[in-house]
Amino acid sequence: MAEKPKLSIYWASSCGGCEIAVVNLHEKILEVDRSFDLVFCPCLLDTKKSDVEALPEGSLALTLFNGAIRTAENEEMAHLLRRKSRLLVAFGSCAAEGCIPALSNLHSKEDHFRRVYREGPSTVNPAGVVPAPLTRVPEGELRLPALFKRVKRLEDAVEVDYTIPGCPPESHQIWNVVSAVISGAPLPPQGSVLGAGHSTVCEECRRQKDNKKITRLRRSYELIPEGNSCLLEQGLLCMGVATRDGCGALCPQVNMPCTGCYGPPEGARDQGAQMAAALASVLDLGGYRGLSEEETARRADAVLEAIPDYAGAFYKYSLAGSVLRGGRP
Amino acid sequence: MKRISINPVTRLEGHGIVEIFLDEDGKVANAYFQVPELRGFEQFCVGRQAEEMPVITNRICGVCPEAHHLASTKALDELFAVDPPPAAKKVRELFNMAFYVTDHTTHFYALGGPDFILGPEAPPAERNILGVVRRVGLEAGQQVIACRARNHEVIRMLGGRSIHPVAGLPGGWSKPVSEEERRQIEAEARKNIDFALFTLKVFDTVVLGNPAYLELVTSDLYHHATYYMGTVDGDNCLNLYDGLIRVVDPEGREFARYPASQYREYIAEHVEPWTYLKFPYLKKLGWQGFRDGASSGVYCATPLSRLNVSDGLSTPRAQEEFERFYFTFGRRKVDGRYPPVHHRLATHWARLIELLYAAERMLELATDPEITSPDVRRIPERIQGVGIGSVEAPRGTLTHHYESDQRGVLQAVNLIVGTTNNYAAMSMSIRRAAEKLINGTQVVEEGLLNRIEMALRLYDPCLSCATHSLPGTMPLVVNLRDSQGRLLRSLRREG
Repeated sequence: MAEKPKLSIYWASSCGGCEIAVVNLHEKILEVDRSFDLVFCPCLLDTKKSDVEALPEGSLALTLFNGAIRTAENEEMAHLLRRKSRLLVAFGSCAAEGCIPALSNLHSKEDHFRRVYREGPSTVNPAGVVPAPLTRVPEGELRLPALFKRVKRLEDAVEVDYTIPGCPPESHQIWNVVSAVISGAPLPPQGSVLGAGHSTVCEECRRQKDNKKITRLRRSYELIPEGNSCLLEQGLLCMGVATRDGCGALCPQVNMPCTGCYGPPEGARDQGAQMAAALASVLDLGGYRGLSEEETARRADAVLEAIPDYAGAFYKYSLAGSVLRGGRP
Repeated sequence: MKRISINPVTRLEGHGIVEIFLDEDGKVANAYFQVPELRGFEQFCVGRQAEEMPVITNRICGVCPEAHHLASTKALDELFAVDPPPAAKKVRELFNMAFYVTDHTTHFYALGGPDFILGPEAPPAERNILGVVRRVGLEAGQQVIACRARNHEVIRMLGGRSIHPVAGLPGGWSKPVSEEERRQIEAEARKNIDFALFTLKVFDTVVLGNPAYLELVTSDLYHHATYYMGTVDGDNCLNLYDGLIRVVDPEGREFARYPASQYREYIAEHVEPWTYLKFPYLKKLGWQGFRDGASSGVYCATPLSRLNVSDGLSTPRAQEEFERFYFTFGRRKVDGRYPPVHHRLATHWARLIELLYAAERMLELATDPEITSPDVRRIPERIQGVGIGSVEAPRGTLTHHYESDQRGVLQAVNLIVGTTNNYAAMSMSIRRAAEKLINGTQVVEEGLLNRIEMALRLYDPCLSCATHSLPGTMPLVVNLRDSQGRLLRSLRREG
């Protein structure tokens, strides 16, 4: 029997949701097992890093790499798996674009430490102790690894062949990609996004768009959406118009706005900029012709008052890869 | 000065690290369990819009996003001073029960159970879900997959997505349950009850029926007489969604009973410089280090803890199991309740009793006439500015605490996550295992690793919340040092 292609699934700095999405292939996971030799997956197997190091270069057919790059170990594993893999996939939002943990890039490490270890409302720490790289205890020394100042994407560390977006990627989309690889069908050009569409979430959303303008935005807790009409046209900041399709437009189906976890649509590099442009075209500032520049700005500000946190609203998942980059380079 | 450099540590970032120091006689002087990563939600959530928190805090953990979603949503109810309609509370609890069934199932069959089903001495390569399937049969394996699938489908139906749900809002839930959905959920709940009973039977046969395992469970290897924490209803019965937080002392006497909003009067957190994770303890007793007993502030919040704080369970078959559990450990009622079981390996059994309770409670909620009420949201009228919410996460009491300005923009965030409650207790169990298994420099290497892992796994540690690893599969390094700090052995498991 021919040797099965080798598959690895690795997590760097992540929440574990991407692994659960793989496990949620449910009975199809047995088919993955039949088609691939899963050689490295800390979640399921006991093979070690040293076993991967011992493999010839390029001997892994496919590596699904999830999680962001936050520590030296994350980065080392990215380099190791790049060398060993013929296809390295940035799997899920953290690896692809930093995801929610990259909001951490808006704050310094010192602020993190002060908040968590000195000022936490339940923290009792009169001596002002914070974690240190080296601690002397009565019995000897204890060391802790340092954290990087920035949360980085996988592509900031190594060359990436493909991206599967989503936080986490929907299981049916994981299956689409894995079954395509199993079938041996030719893959799209390097750098492509797999397991997602080429348009926006609006494309697959079941809600009705009437091209209505909005005079004000409402926050999600202020409004119970009516009927089946577009959430953005009802005044909710639904990111669907600036988000790649592929999830099945799940959130709007339960009356909640898309928050953008599939990243920017095809051709758009910056999700926040895309959303700002979309918003500009849907806002009705009340006949701005003839208004002074100041008055137009004032009216726009009044509409936008409902978004006190632009970074969190527009770049919830994509800050690390955005033009803003999230602070320090 | 002669000191062997500890270079390996630089390559161990992101791993759980256990450092064991020996004294001059070669006996264990101390053991340290280090958590080497901080993700910083408490800082970077500052500046965010409060209503985004149920979606943001999901990403603390992809294993238990449902618990974070609910604790966050409850904190928002308070921050926005709004009481959700009764149906919304029931839908949230129903959602939580489906989550408990899938989560406890995953733990028993894939993560913690293999220790028992295959035995602690089984080779690591066999101690996994595939080994379990070989032992209990392929049909059982398919049942496990089916159980996870149907409950994740219920989670998607109710919460919008099967991982990282979105339906929680201050004042309620974004979508009512249709009659068609209700009927499907009822059918799934019935299957869950059968599955829970089947799983308890597996536990009976494999563990309780085997004198060697029973001896391990009841040995003093993992015996700690600590305080226990869990959430109870008005009758002091277990509740996994809402109620008062109850703490009992090592004798089982009530020590505290309080609403989550008062948590700061009862819980404080201690900082050590050698780890990124803080150590919660009972504030009134103070931090006195890693000690058990009635004078130490160390407590535990796990399935075992929740049974220990409950006077009973409100569903019939789970109550029968509850009685059998305490009877088996020789407990007889004192002042109307069973004294606590301190054997930490009994946590695995307690988890399965909760599995049955969650399945039964899911059926109760799915057949509640109010569950399909369209009235699931109330619009908040003001921003109070402080919100504290808690639920029972599978791994312990989970508390979210937010403070906002008048625009609902967060100014402060504090989180005490399930696993964190147990950090001191886990550290103690590791030390106990090391003390029992290390004598001089004679070490049974694999046995030591297995049993230290077992000490961790019984807590089902979800260190995603602090590091980035799945429960029970945490990569582990155990360093053994002599009295001069020299490295004697370094045992590693990659995960």
